[in-house]
Amino acid sequence: MKKNLNGKIATIVGVLVICLYGIFGIPHGVTGGALLDAITQRIHLGLDLRGGAHLILQVVVKDAVNAETDNTVARIQQELQSNKLQGLPTKPDPANPQIIKITGIDPGKAGDVRNDLADHYGTEFDITSGADNSVILTMKPSQLTELQAKTVDQAIDTIRDRVDQLGVSEPVIAHYGLGDNQILVELPGVSDLNRVRDIIQSTSRLEVHEVAGNSSGYGSEQEALASLGGALPPDEELLHGDSQGLVSDGQDHVFLVKRVSIVGGRDFRDASAIGVNDSGRQGVNFVLTNAGGERFYDYTSSHVGSYMAITMGDRVKNVAVIKGAIRDQGQIEGQFSKQQIDDLSLTLRTGALPASIIPIEERTVGASLGADSIRQGVIAAVTGMLAVMVFMLIYYRGSGINADLALFLNLVILLGFMGFSHATLTLPGIAGVILTIGMGVDSNVLIFERIREEMRAGKGPAQAVDQGFAHAWTAIFDTHVTTIVSAAILFMFGTGPVKGFATTLVVGLIANLFTAVFVSRVIFDSHVNHKLVGQKLSI
Amino acid sequence: MTCHGSAASYQVTGWSVVEDKSPSSPGTGEGIGIVELFRNVNVDWLGKKWYFLCFSLIFSVAGVISMGLHWSRNGSPVPLGVDFQGGTQVQLQFQNAPDANAIRSATDAAGIKDVQIVQFDAPEKREMLISLPTPSDASLDAGRKEIVDALDAHYKNPIISTSVQVVGPTVGRQLEKQAALATLYSLIAMLIYLWFRFELIYGVAAVVAVFHDTLITLGFFALTNRELSLTVIAAILTLVGYSMNDTIVVFDRIRENLRLSRREALTDVVNRSINQTLSRTVLTSGLTFLTVLALFVYGGEVLHNFSFALVVGILIGTYSSIAVAAPMLVAYQNWRASKGKAAVLPASRRSK
Repeated sequence: MKKNLNGKIATIVGVLVICLYGIFGIPHGVTGGALLDAITQRIHLGLDLRGGAHLILQVVVKDAVNAETDNTVARIQQELQSNKLQGLPTKPDPANPQIIKITGIDPGKAGDVRNDLADHYGTEFDITSGADNSVILTMKPSQLTELQAKTVDQAIDTIRDRVDQLGVSEPVIAHYGLGDNQILVELPGVSDLNRVRDIIQSTSRLEVHEVAGNSSGYGSEQEALASLGGALPPDEELLHGDSQGLVSDGQDHVFLVKRVSIVGGRDFRDASAIGVNDSGRQGVNFVLTNAGGERFYDYTSSHVGSYMAITMGDRVKNVAVIKGAIRDQGQIEGQFSKQQIDDLSLTLRTGALPASIIPIEERTVGASLGADSIRQGVIAAVTGMLAVMVFMLIYYRGSGINADLALFLNLVILLGFMGFSHATLTLPGIAGVILTIGMGVDSNVLIFERIREEMRAGKGPAQAVDQGFAHAWTAIFDTHVTTIVSAAILFMFGTGPVKGFATTLVVGLIANLFTAVFVSRVIFDSHVNHKLVGQKLSI
Repeated sequence: MTCHGSAASYQVTGWSVVEDKSPSSPGTGEGIGIVELFRNVNVDWLGKKWYFLCFSLIFSVAGVISMGLHWSRNGSPVPLGVDFQGGTQVQLQFQNAPDANAIRSATDAAGIKDVQIVQFDAPEKREMLISLPTPSDASLDAGRKEIVDALDAHYKNPIISTSVQVVGPTVGRQLEKQAALATLYSLIAMLIYLWFRFELIYGVAAVVAVFHDTLITLGFFALTNRELSLTVIAAILTLVGYSMNDTIVVFDRIRENLRLSRREALTDVVNRSINQTLSRTVLTSGLTFLTVLALFVYGGEVLHNFSFALVVGILIGTYSSIAVAAPMLVAYQNWRASKGKAAVLPASRRSK
């Protein structure tokens, strides 16, 4: 009785062809070089193999919350003024920027203030009464979470824009699940992180602040505080800067500025470097958005003669006197290097980051070191696999060919999947491949040992094969499902290397269920079909 | 209690080429030689359970002690790599053969403290690994810059290629937590799966065996002062998978045999099952050991600790499925019998 295997053989050939396509695509030739090109186009190598930089960035979402509530404070102040209500909104706790407290309310008017604010801010804030006739606004948790998520999304967009401007190919910029508000940046081929990091990280929150105290700054924070009588007003802050005017005197200066900026961040639309301007100084030309321009015009027209501080990344870059009303274009002069100006205009063009970011993990792999690892990994994998294949041939003789074919097909399917899914192959991934080979061998050994047992028990080839597969199946199934389950969990909870390892392991094991059980069975069956009655199985 | 002689009484046939003359197979006259490792093995594995217990205890206790010693000296049970501890690691490839002492004097001249300088991989690769502890998230990049600047200034040997790993303490802690959780979850998932496919006690026995393997492997890491990195965690998870695999194969056979012969004593069934699967166990472990050994020998420095964990893990994992997991089933059954309860072991509820 012969089995009809045509359908099954067609399935196997189909899978083989599809997977080969996954690995090679349609190569432009059949020479070794052409095939290698084709492979490297389809199979994406991880940074550890091709070289490149890997960064994990922590977004300081508190910054965004701070900026948001700073705005709210300014709006509340106007609101109260226009409604003829007394009250001074401040943020009492720098560690909790989501809380705004309004003090100095006229006795008996706290209810009015609450009602007034509830109309405008009730959807975003929980409004409660505090001690001493004050009103407290606390940003709602849902609002806070949303703002944080939005901040991270914006940061990702901004970083992507910046990286694109740098011309890095195939960058990865994505959420990173290890902790809250983290971003993963992978830049293949980049081995010098310095400039890239500076550009990515540059908050370059170019802002213009009103100078509250001495326009030429103070020698130290103590000095600045002393001039204020010891206490910093809640709407002002101290910022450091290295220049008093345009020329640095090499000393640290402290400036007292209004906390709320006149214009900043997203108010800038464009910027370009000017080599040397009319007054013989370096600087940056900037253009404001319409809304920003309106605000800047309102401010500058009513503040001619006062001083404004131009700050970047919380440092005062320049203090200038307002000579006349400025609408939407201006120049920033200052102590900038060429690189700084280029980077500044790049970051202004791509929009400011909504919050500062701190790198908390950095890995770079030099391209040649990566090539070294891939060579060693491949040598190890091939050596291991060849040793196993030779052993299987010696130990199981004819049936060893079965096992070897199954192993080979397993590898083809695994690589084919990598080609189709654009999963990246990393060094731990190669280790996963090697372990897949191990499990593949195990399945074959389980089946073959079982077939031998059945033959010893006196069964004929067809029956022995049948029973051998049937009995080995439960063990193979249970071992594979267990390992797949644990690898899947690693994939879900793991990151980086653990994930790369889990990917190849899961795919490899599923491929193995197909090759060791289905394919190997078909080969056995076709073998049995061609045997004469009573002829023995080579196993 | 002594531990001698536990291996002395294996009655295995060893390598042999057996002329297959089984009477029921209709001879075809060509006499097929079968290469076989073990045939008709009849070892009383459970009779040696005290030896096993002794062996496992010695290794586990040795592992725990070396981890304890390491803890008391360094604050962690095993040496932690940059991944978990946080820190800066710069791997440099030089144009000319580098000299650790010259590098050290360069970093000393630049006033960098706590520098570790070791040669990485084979000498002909001219690679050095320079490590620094990183104090805080704020100054993540400082260490790398210091090292490279110091070498530029004081060590005249051009750097061809640089690889840098800088991990802040926050990420280190998060990675540590994540690795621990991932391992815990995957163990729980396996326990539940085995409970579903076999019985709870099978799951418990398998998990205990796996725990035993992990403990001993980690003990080896502490003992040989090897660093635990994320890649090593992947290796440990692999050995968990392998040990589990081995154990399940034996359990699967026990389940099958229990269904076939319900009257036989459990000890005999378990012994027979181990013996029946012995050639598979030895073959698979041997072959896997071969691949892992290839990894250990040719995989280069990057994979060295990874493959070391596997080399140790596969040996221990193979041993534990026979010597830890299986005896636990029997011990549990005996314990239940002593309390006068019915045996719960026989066959799974819903095996195929």
